[in-house]
Amino acid sequence: MKNILQMLEKDAKLYPQKIAFEDMDGAITYSELLQRSRQLGSYIASLGIKGKPIVILLKQSVNTVISMMGILYSGNFYCVLDYDSPDDRIQNIISTLEPKLIITDDESKEKSQQSFSLQSIALGEAGEEINDKVLDEIRRAQSDTDPAYVLFTSGSTGVPKGAVLSHLNVLKYSKWLTETFDYNENTVLGNQTPFYFSMSVSDIFGALRCGGQVQIIPKMYFSFPLKLLQYINEKQINTIYWVPTALCIVANWKALDYEELPGLKKVLFAGEVMPVKQLNMWMDKLPDALFANLFGPTETTDICTYYILDRRLANDESVPIGVSCDNCPCLVIKEDGTLAEKPGESGELYARGSFLSAGYYNNPEKTAAAFVQNPLNKSYPETVYKTGDIVSINEYGELIYLSRADFQIKHMGYRIELGEIEAAANSVEKINFCACVYDKESDDIILVYQGRKIDNESLSEQISNKLPHYMMPTKMYKLKEIPFNANGKIDRKWILNNYKNF
Amino acid sequence: MEEKIIEILNEIKSGVDYRNEKGIVDNGVLHSFDIITLVRKLSDEFDVEITAAELLPENFNSVEAIAEMIEDLED
Repeated sequence: MKNILQMLEKDAKLYPQKIAFEDMDGAITYSELLQRSRQLGSYIASLGIKGKPIVILLKQSVNTVISMMGILYSGNFYCVLDYDSPDDRIQNIISTLEPKLIITDDESKEKSQQSFSLQSIALGEAGEEINDKVLDEIRRAQSDTDPAYVLFTSGSTGVPKGAVLSHLNVLKYSKWLTETFDYNENTVLGNQTPFYFSMSVSDIFGALRCGGQVQIIPKMYFSFPLKLLQYINEKQINTIYWVPTALCIVANWKALDYEELPGLKKVLFAGEVMPVKQLNMWMDKLPDALFANLFGPTETTDICTYYILDRRLANDESVPIGVSCDNCPCLVIKEDGTLAEKPGESGELYARGSFLSAGYYNNPEKTAAAFVQNPLNKSYPETVYKTGDIVSINEYGELIYLSRADFQIKHMGYRIELGEIEAAANSVEKINFCACVYDKESDDIILVYQGRKIDNESLSEQISNKLPHYMMPTKMYKLKEIPFNANGKIDRKWILNNYKNF
Repeated sequence: MEEKIIEILNEIKSGVDYRNEKGIVDNGVLHSFDIITLVRKLSDEFDVEITAAELLPENFNSVEAIAEMIEDLED
């Protein structure tokens, strides 16, 4: 295979009447998805746009998937944006991406045409004509190294960066994913992650790779844990790949006490650190299910290392990020530039191989900073991705995530990983969830947490059982809610800027 | 009680005619984080424990539904 669409074409041949994707408004079979995508592809091709980025501005839906595939049929590549994103952020991305077209809905068409002065079409305008000859010609002229999509990472650094991912990246990545977790035509995925976030790549292409099914779970259900579990049963979802926050909502509300999930066989998670306490609550309720922690950045398509839970972890342990994915060997480079190999050693994680993005769209500086020559290879050009993540090797030879390179702080002369403080605080009984930030100016380690009331003194005492004195938080605040950014990750920047007012 | 509930709802998101709104959840008046905040405020104000069994859209769609849920919990 050289093109993502060949997966769809195979599915449509093998399972034409099978539901491929379903949302609140309805379902689409593989043969319908193929047809609608080819219609849209023919229409876009007729506009004379080729090899260019096209923006999708739609709510999370089956229509988004049709748009993705249609854009690929037209020989262009897509970029899904957050429908609810403020205009400023969209404008910011558009000025980097310089797209030729926006695909949106009737509701937003006029607005998007005016706000972004770009040609906009509503999906419904595509018509029903399929031009086989043109689509064949487009395919013949393409290579597997051509981009399939651009995914913008959250703008914690100010300017969002758009990682370019190719057909090859997705083909290699989805092969690893489906083989490792045994996804097959009976797999029904319960999608939680937004399509503008890299984790959704695993849902969409994990299903396309093997003729599985994606149930797009309405966002609203994540406020109503019991409803969410009932929905999983109703739709016969057997595999989920969620952010830990979503899993924690279910665990903290003890929703599994009210509704069992006999059909759920695989629980995968990624995107942030999974607290062990809540993980154990899930594992106790689903003793026969497979649980796995996946780890990786958008720049390695989605994931570069993984750990299948094979033992019970203590509440103050971290869930390992495990071992490299097959075909994406990772390196841990110590501060002295040599390879970390032995238990106890730590360093920065580098990834190499076929999952690697080509770089950032229209951003040679950021590309050059992150996509670098393999520091261990002096003989020929070999690009590796510098993840910016600090990891260590445990006694089992598994990788443990410590923190972002820029989360590693120096406090009282010690090198400290904020992630380690979070793991210690998370093990405290009354804490449901926490985050740690470091204020360089005042040299304060700030811990914010969610949970039941606990006075600072006894909290300190409990944490001090786990941490050396120099790692103790200097300020602690109970928040009603820990804030999240657009991608559903903890908004550390906001905490740092606002903690003085808590 | 309904007055107090409306007051809490207004603290979370103002400018809504809560008295007549019958689809606080279904019409997307409140979003996910708002719901969680609402639950916490209701628990604090009325000193009730709202569990996953009560945390259902139908219990939050209108002021009456919220009041009814709290009354049941108080019993």
